[in-house]
Amino acid sequence: MLGYLTLIFTCQLAGELLVGTLAMPVPGPVVGMVLLLLYLALRRSVPEGLGQAAGGLQRAMSLLFVPAGAGVMLHFHLLAEAALPLGLGLLVSTVATIAITGLLMSWLGRGARDDG
Amino acid sequence: MDNLENLAETWVYLSASPLFHLTLTLVAFQGASWLFEKGGRNPLLNPVLGAVIVVVAVLVATGTDYATYFEGAQFVHFLLGPATVSLAVPLYRQWALVRRSALAITVSLLCGSLTAILTAVGVAGLAGGGGEVLASIAPKSVTAPVAMAIAEELGGVPSLTAVLVIVTGILGAMLGPMVLTFAGVRDWSARGLAMGTASHGIGTARALQVNETAGAFAGLAMGLNALATALLLPILWGLLF
Repeated sequence: MLGYLTLIFTCQLAGELLVGTLAMPVPGPVVGMVLLLLYLALRRSVPEGLGQAAGGLQRAMSLLFVPAGAGVMLHFHLLAEAALPLGLGLLVSTVATIAITGLLMSWLGRGARDDG
Repeated sequence: MDNLENLAETWVYLSASPLFHLTLTLVAFQGASWLFEKGGRNPLLNPVLGAVIVVVAVLVATGTDYATYFEGAQFVHFLLGPATVSLAVPLYRQWALVRRSALAITVSLLCGSLTAILTAVGVAGLAGGGGEVLASIAPKSVTAPVAMAIAEELGGVPSLTAVLVIVTGILGAMLGPMVLTFAGVRDWSARGLAMGTASHGIGTARALQVNETAGAFAGLAMGLNALATALLLPILWGLLF
């Protein structure tokens, strides 16, 4: 399991290096995800330890957003000042995006699922 | 008496140490998760929201600034990167379905990405938001590091964008499952893609709790929407303003 955690960290480091060197418009960890996907595609299976390491990280994933979320305390003033446009904008946009993306995908993706 | 003094001194020392704020983060989240499960996973009891409220309340009550808190909390925050990389595992397991749905994913994702930008800017603008507010809210559906870089490019406030990104994620995790069920979207790949497009990693984490297919498509959507928004939004901004 430690070996596979090392693999995950190595993919992230390589991702950060690629993003920095090529000035790519995506975050390093996302490129790291693509690199790990390539590794799995070449290997043609998920090693048990990697599955465990990934599962552990993903079960804790909600927790990992708490420190960034507490950053809200830095902007009480700005948030109160623009409470109406920000609140309405976030609420309407989040609901609309989820509904439209979900409906389109469930409609367009029907064929792909029926094949499977 | 001596012991009490020792306790007080030790406490003053510990309350400013990384250990205290790291533990505070974990305890707040454990408590909030317990409440979420006890409450039948009621969306109003979202554990990220609950934990943030507790942490901020403790910091404000003790007069601690965010930078001091983050010295401890950064160890938790740091794991976001490896957790994102690890999403390759569910994605690989669903790869056959992803390949068969490639066209559907591309079209749904691009439409979702445009919806996220245009409705956020449109509604905030109609409600009286100024230029700085609009530039800060425009990239709100995208994972924080990318959203902050885009906001800066458009003339927004990057640290405000970071907060809006988190609030969007929490809103998506709270309301998303309800909205999708109401809209009649039952398929796990569509539910996941919607959660990841609209509310990035927090939506992905919520999707992973429910179903692996949903989690895989959410992680994929999070990555693709970061790319789509980074490429599309600056062009769109030039056309709009």
